Amino acid sequence: MFVYEFMRNAFWAATFIAITCGVVGVYVVARNFSFLAHTLSEIGFAGAAFAILMGLKPLTGMLIFALLGSIGVGELSMQTEQKESSISAISAFFVGLGILFLSLSSSSSSYATNILFGSIIGVSRSSVYQLVGLSVVVLLIIFAIQRPLNYDSFDHIGAAAHHINTGFIGVVFLVALAMAVSIGSQMVGSMLVFVLLTMPSSTARYLGKSIPSMLAWSVGLALLGVWAGLCLGYITNWPVTFFISVIEVTAYLLVYFTQAIKKRA
Amino acid sequence: MSKALQVVDLSMKFDDQEIFKKINFSLETGSMTALLGPNGAGKTTLVRILIGMLSPSHGYFELADDVKVGYVPQFRNIDPDYPLSIKSFIELNTPFWKSQKVKDQVNHILQETHLKGLADTRMGEASGGQKQRAYLAQALLDQPNFIILDEATASLDPKAKEELMSLIAHLNHEHKMTVLFVTHDIPLAKRYMKDYLYLSDGTVSQGKMEDFKESFN
Ligand SMILES: Nc1ncnc2c1ncn2[C@@H]1O[C@H](COP(=O)(O)OP(=O)(O)O)[C@@H](O)[C@H]1O
Ligand SMILES: [Mg+2]
Repeated sequence: MFVYEFMRNAFWAATFIAITCGVVGVYVVARNFSFLAHTLSEIGFAGAAFAILMGLKPLTGMLIFALLGSIGVGELSMQTEQKESSISAISAFFVGLGILFLSLSSSSSSYATNILFGSIIGVSRSSVYQLVGLSVVVLLIIFAIQRPLNYDSFDHIGAAAHHINTGFIGVVFLVALAMAVSIGSQMVGSMLVFVLLTMPSSTARYLGKSIPSMLAWSVGLALLGVWAGLCLGYITNWPVTFFISVIEVTAYLLVYFTQAIKKRA
Repeated sequence: MSKALQVVDLSMKFDDQEIFKKINFSLETGSMTALLGPNGAGKTTLVRILIGMLSPSHGYFELADDVKVGYVPQFRNIDPDYPLSIKSFIELNTPFWKSQKVKDQVNHILQETHLKGLADTRMGEASGGQKQRAYLAQALLDQPNFIILDEATASLDPKAKEELMSLIAHLNHEHKMTVLFVTHDIPLAKRYMKDYLYLSDGTVSQGKMEDFKESFN
């Protein structure tokens, strides 16, 4: 299958996306941001639809919307009491907006399918460069703040008592998250990007007891999912996204039940 | 005896709620003091001012030049699913790539807090006493010579209480650490602490623990 350039492109893009989502996901779960990640993907969906309406690349629109959204939603989630319901309201509004943009743009419905459910096979060489570049930026951001990010994500009270500027760390992380959501959506679609962002890292929480080991498990499981998903998609012609979600969810359930049985014993 | 801490005319207000007004006291180096007072008296607020998390609305305090404060906060959010091991939790405030020196320090503190054999236990699965010792261990990694603990024994069973208190006494005896221990538990304070500070109705009184008479619930 690697004789085809489109498959090689897909593999490279998938590899970097999986590494990024695996790393970012560890912090998403540690900070209880799963819900926020999902909201950002819905805001990003509206952005992608808006870009199509304007004749831009979906990734561009998604990045802009998700980045702006991350700042707004972040503020909201830190201040409001009823954050879940207010964030739900925002997601609903943006999904509605996205549907409107898509219908106004009168482009083919395959665009909508691609944004919602991913379109990694057929990604162009230049898009691969873009995705790899963005992945590297996200990883560099995480690397630059890793020490306070680790402390704040896994012990917010301890970090605050050590005069760590937890508000600043939170905002920087949200920016990285918005970018991760945007590039992850290119792979599995905005509908299911939280699968890559939360499933491998949730599984990793059962398997690792230190931050390095959780990162390793999370990235490993994300890579396993996208690589196997691409292969199986190539062989069967079924959607890659389907295989990725089945693999990640199966891994999670397996580990979850093994752990539950161990605890009982 | 030299002073580790000197508090001068310190006042604190939240909006228009006055917590305490113009309090004055000092703590000697190597002293062991219980900070007592009813719920809501402002003990945690005072401690948060002393470690620099809050600014007082009036007055000031001075720490001796060589004082390094360690702090164990009153509440932590560690749920039963919390994944990190005790060791990983303690070393959260260390670099990702740890030097031999840092590793040695962590090991030494694990030993000192009797957590060596539990280093690999997940924090979420640790007992209340083990968690509390891990919080203390994390604070000790800063190598403080003045430690402030806020209600560290509040949710512990009697055995875990004794274990933590003898550990604190050990830090005071062997390492000459100045101790400020916030608590409700007067019998416990009488057994382990030498001096008291009593914060109530916005004022503070100070004395020897054995002379402490007031009672509160
Ligand atoms: N950040 C804050 N903003 C407003 N009021 C506060 C804040 N922190 C504490 N308080 C109030 O100050 C009072 C003292 O609280 P606290 O210092 O926690 O008491 P203690 O530790 O003695 O139980 C309480 O009435 C509490 O509601
Ligand atoms: Mg308190």
